[in-house]
Amino acid sequence: MPSRIFVTGLGFISGMGSNVQENLTSLLNLRSAIGPIRHIETNLKDELAVSEVLMTNEELMKYAGLQNTEVYTRNTLLGIVAANEAFSHACLNNHPGIRIGLISGTTVGGMDECEKYYQDFLTNDSKNSFISTYDCADSTEKIADNLGLKGFMTTISTACSSAANSIMFASRLMKAGKLDCAIAGGTESLTKFHLNGFNALKILDKQPCRPFDATRNGINLGEGAAYLVMETEETNKKTGNTVICELVGYGNACEAFHQTASSPDGTGAYLAMKKALDMSGETPDTVDYINAHGTGTDNNDLSEGRAIEKLFTGKVPYVSSTKPFTGHMTSAAGSAEAIISILGLQNGIIWPNMNFSNPMPELQFRPAGEMIRSVNMKVVMSNSFGFGGNDSSLIFKKHGIH
Amino acid sequence: MAYINGIGIISPQNTLPGSDFLEPVVEHTSEFLKSIEPVYKSYIDPMASRRMSRLIKMGISSAKICVQDAGIEMPDAIITGTGLGSVEDTEKILGELSKEEKFLNPTPFIQSTYNTISSQIAINLKCHQYNSTYVHRCFSLESCLIDALLQIEEGTAVNVLAGGIDEMTLNHLSIIRRLGLWKREAIRNLDLWSSKVPGALAGEGAAYFIISEERTDKTYACLAAVETLYKPESTDKTAETVVRFISENGLKPEDVDLVLMGNNGNEEHDRICNDVIEHALPSASHMVYKHLCGEYHTVSGFALYLAANILRKQFIPSSLPCLPKSPGKLQNILIHNHFWNTDHSFILVRR
Repeated sequence: MPSRIFVTGLGFISGMGSNVQENLTSLLNLRSAIGPIRHIETNLKDELAVSEVLMTNEELMKYAGLQNTEVYTRNTLLGIVAANEAFSHACLNNHPGIRIGLISGTTVGGMDECEKYYQDFLTNDSKNSFISTYDCADSTEKIADNLGLKGFMTTISTACSSAANSIMFASRLMKAGKLDCAIAGGTESLTKFHLNGFNALKILDKQPCRPFDATRNGINLGEGAAYLVMETEETNKKTGNTVICELVGYGNACEAFHQTASSPDGTGAYLAMKKALDMSGETPDTVDYINAHGTGTDNNDLSEGRAIEKLFTGKVPYVSSTKPFTGHMTSAAGSAEAIISILGLQNGIIWPNMNFSNPMPELQFRPAGEMIRSVNMKVVMSNSFGFGGNDSSLIFKKHGIH
Repeated sequence: MAYINGIGIISPQNTLPGSDFLEPVVEHTSEFLKSIEPVYKSYIDPMASRRMSRLIKMGISSAKICVQDAGIEMPDAIITGTGLGSVEDTEKILGELSKEEKFLNPTPFIQSTYNTISSQIAINLKCHQYNSTYVHRCFSLESCLIDALLQIEEGTAVNVLAGGIDEMTLNHLSIIRRLGLWKREAIRNLDLWSSKVPGALAGEGAAYFIISEERTDKTYACLAAVETLYKPESTDKTAETVVRFISENGLKPEDVDLVLMGNNGNEEHDRICNDVIEHALPSASHMVYKHLCGEYHTVSGFALYLAANILRKQFIPSSLPCLPKSPGKLQNILIHNHFWNTDHSFILVRR
C-alpha cells in the first residue's frame, strides 16, 4: 500500500508578497499584483501589465541572507526565498537520516542574466561567471546548496505546468520509497526573453487579465516562486510536523494537438483532471473548488472550461482563476496556485475570479465572482496546463477527513 | 527493473537504422562531434519539418526510430531529458534581443521551450499519455530513466519512451570555452586520449529507449537501476556510493564485468572517473567511449545504447578497447558519468 503524502510546509513569493502570510493578506484584501513593469529594462515597459516581485535582486539577496560569494540569477534568488520559507516552516533541519529530495520546475532558468550579458559571452571574458548560471539546473542546485541538501534532485521543464509536475514527481518518488520527504515547486523570474516570446505569440493583455470573461484578451505574465514540503505518513510520524493537507491525486496528460494552442474540446485538460480525480478516490460532486489554469487567453479558457463541464457534468464546483492576483507565474504557477488552493482549503475561502463580468456564451458555468467565506471545504483541485499540451492537475484534501 | 526493448539513436557515429554496430568508426576533425542525421522525410512530414529546428527534427526522428525498433504502436508515456534544449533557437532570440529588442516570429521562442521535443513527439505519435521533460545537466536523462522505471513499477505504463537529447553549436561552444574546461581547438576525435590539447571534447546526440515491463524477443538488455549523486565530498564517498548501489542490486563489485567510464579528455575530470572506478571496482574491465560521441549533458544515452548492444550482441566493437583486458563474460555493465564532479550518475545494465 503506497504511503499517503502529507503537505507540511509552504513557501511563496510573488508580486503579492514575499512570504505565505503576505500573499494570504493580499488575497484576503483583493489586492492584485498586476501593474506596470518596474525592474526589467525592456521596450515593452510601457506596453504591458505584469506582476513583478517588488524587491530588487540586491534586496532579495539580503532578504535571503546570502553573501556575495556566488553569483545568483533572479530566478535562483526567488527560488531560494520560497524554498527557505517552506523548509523552515516544516522544521526539517532537526531530523537527520530523512532522505530529502528537491524537485524544481523552471522554464527560462537563468535567462534573466544571460540576456543581459549575451554579447559579453560572445566577445569577452567579463561576465563568465554568468555562463554557467544560464541553464535550468543552476537554480535547483543553488537552492539545494543553500539548504544543505545533498539528496536526489532534478529539474522539470514542461512550460507552465513545470511546478505541478514537480509536485507530482516528488510524490511518486516518495510513494515508491525513494525519498522520505521532498521540497517541490517552481521558480520563474520575468525576462525580456519570454515577455517578447509571449508578445510575439500575441497572447499578452495590456490590461489586467480577465479569465473566463467573454471579453478576455490574454495573459499578464508574472514572476515568483513557490515550494511545498511534502512527507510520507511514516516520515511524518518521525518529524511530528503539523499536517497542512494531503496530496490525494494527480494526473498528467498530453494534448498532442498543437505546440502552443489547446484543443477546442480540452482533451488534455480533461484527461489530466480525470486521472487526478480517479486516483484521489473523490467524485465530481465531492470536489469543492477548482483553481483553474485560467490564463485569460481565448483558447485556454474555452478549452479548460469545456473540459471542466465534461468532467463535472451538471454540477460544476466553485471555479476561479487567481491569475488576476498573481499574473501568470509560468513554471511557478503550478506550485503557487497549489498553495493558493491550500490557503483556501485551510481558511474555508473560495477565492474570487477577479475582473470577471461577462459570461462566456460557450460555457454553462460561471466562475466565482466574489470571495466566499466560511465554506466547509474538503477537497480542492489545482490545474496547470502548459505549451505543448503538457497538462497536469493536482488534488489536495483536508487532513483527517476520510 | 525493466527491459530495454527498443532504441533510436542519432549520434556522431554510424548508429542509424541498418548500420552495423559502430562500423566503420567515424572520424571527426571539426570543433565538435556533430551528429550524422537521417533523411528526415522518412520520419517527419516535409511540410512540418521545414519550420523545425535541427534539435526538434533529431528528437522526433530518434523517437520514431525507437518506437519502430520496439515494434510497438504507441508508448504509454513520453519522457525527454535535455540539458540545454534547442540551443539554435535560443541563440536566434538572444541575437535578436541584443541587437534591437524586436522579434515578431514566435517560432524560435516556441521551439526554445524545453518541453517542445516531448510534446512534438506526442503530436507526431498522437499520444495523449503522460508527458514530461527533465532539464538537469547530467541528471536529465537519468531522471527520465528513473521516471520510466517508476512508471513500470507503479503499473501505469507497459512501454515508456524515454530519451536524452542535446545539440551543440559553434556559437555555444565559443561561449562555454571561456570556462576553461573545453578544448580550445579542433582535434581528431580518435586522437582524444593522446591529444595534448587540454579540455573536454564537445559532442551531441539523441538517444531514445523503449523501457518495458516485459522481456520479449526485442529485448536488448535489462535496465536494472539508476542512481544519482550530488556533489560528493570525496572520491571515496563516490566509490562508496558505487559499491552500495551495486549491492542494493544484488551484486558484488567483482560481478561487474565492464564499466563505461565518463572520461571526456579534461584531465581533472578524467582523473575523478579513473579514481572512482579504481576504488570501487578494481577488478572490472573498463572502457572509455567519448572519443566516439563527445561530451554533452545527455551523453549517458550514447553509453546506454553501447551497453544495451554489447549485452545483446555479446560483442565489443574494436573502436572500444577494454582495459586492462576484455571482460571474460558480459552480464553486468555499469555506466558512470559526471558533470564537473557535481552531478554523478550510475546506470546498471544487465543481460
